[in-house]
Amino acid sequence: MNIIDARGMSCPQPVLMTKNALKTSPELVQILVDNETAKGNIERYLSHEGFSVEFKIQGDDILVMGQK
Amino acid sequence: MKEKRSIIFAGAIVGILSVLLVYFGNPANMGFCIACFLRDIAGGIGLHRAAVVQYIRPEVIGLVLGAFLVSLKNKEFKTNGGSSPFTRFFLGAMVMIGALMFLGCPLRMVLRLAGGDLNALLGIGGYAVGILSGVLFLNKGFSLKRSYKMPSVEGYIFPGINLGLLILLLAGAGFLFFSTEGPGSMHAPIWIALGAGLIVGWLAQRTRLCMVGGIRDMILFRDSHLISGFIAILFFAFAGNVLLGYFNLGFADQPIAHSDGLWNFMGMLLAGWGSVLLGGCPMRQLILAGEGNTDSAVSVMGMVAGAAIAHNFGLASSGAGPTANGQIAVLISIVLVAIISAANSDFAIRRAEA
Repeated sequence: MNIIDARGMSCPQPVLMTKNALKTSPELVQILVDNETAKGNIERYLSHEGFSVEFKIQGDDILVMGQK
Repeated sequence: MKEKRSIIFAGAIVGILSVLLVYFGNPANMGFCIACFLRDIAGGIGLHRAAVVQYIRPEVIGLVLGAFLVSLKNKEFKTNGGSSPFTRFFLGAMVMIGALMFLGCPLRMVLRLAGGDLNALLGIGGYAVGILSGVLFLNKGFSLKRSYKMPSVEGYIFPGINLGLLILLLAGAGFLFFSTEGPGSMHAPIWIALGAGLIVGWLAQRTRLCMVGGIRDMILFRDSHLISGFIAILFFAFAGNVLLGYFNLGFADQPIAHSDGLWNFMGMLLAGWGSVLLGGCPMRQLILAGEGNTDSAVSVMGMVAGAAIAHNFGLASSGAGPTANGQIAVLISIVLVAIISAANSDFAIRRAEA
């Protein structure tokens, strides 16, 4: 399972990276982000796509995990 | 749902405060205009000498400090930077040239429509086309690359400069330039303008309100979150304008606007495209700069420089219409934005690496 590193990317790239990852891994995705905006945007997108979303704090970063 | 309610609430407050700022003295349909206000500040510190648009706008200072304080309070203040800073500076300057062709940032575009200025419809049309152009490149992997963590002091400089400007304004420093006539001379009292800025800065930081994100996210993800803020601003400013008798429907004789449809369209096409590449509208750049994003601080500095150039070179429009210099500058800028879009997309980068 690859973790997508979206740290430091401007809007809306973290969500686009998530969207692209769903093409190869449509059931399970993990995205590492470094700010609350990206976290919220990815959460909203994944929920909309029918995923359940969880978070894990990793130091200054946040791992967003989506599973269908 | 709670999230959506809060962004609609924020949009409503922005709309209402915008009308109230006009009531208290700001130019018509200009409760908030980030492009106009940064241009006034550029004039206020003497970077251009257009005597009618010089003032230190406390709204801008309030937006930055409001975002700064709330991000500190919620431990969201994070200093980062290094994502193609000079490209961002350059894009910021071109966004400003586009906005001053139209005579307003994306936020004022909405406020102009809410005041009945139908020229804004052409602006919104161009803006949507500009956003669509940016989105095409985002889908081709456009990126200004990653930003990185920086020492905290780097992030404190921009809010610090804003605090410094506020002190100079309050002290009435003699070396500042203040318009005695024209739009720059029309302003709400300092404390009201500052308070409105602080409130909006606070709300915009919390809700991520962004005037470019609304249309962008609808196109990219069918996500209506940000556009509901956009619509709330339009609706509540419209209601406020009707209540206070400011609503004036039509194309002709609109305040601080011209009725050249083609160039209203082209100006906002440029502003929209550039803003998508920057990752947010001018207001959003101010908010991000307030919470420690120094790439956004550099973008704002680009806008200030762009405003100075726009007035020094005669690129900015006036009520009389666009200038020939401005039209040439907008066309050149659109070409340059296209080149930047392509050069930072996957296909160009892959070719360079091959």
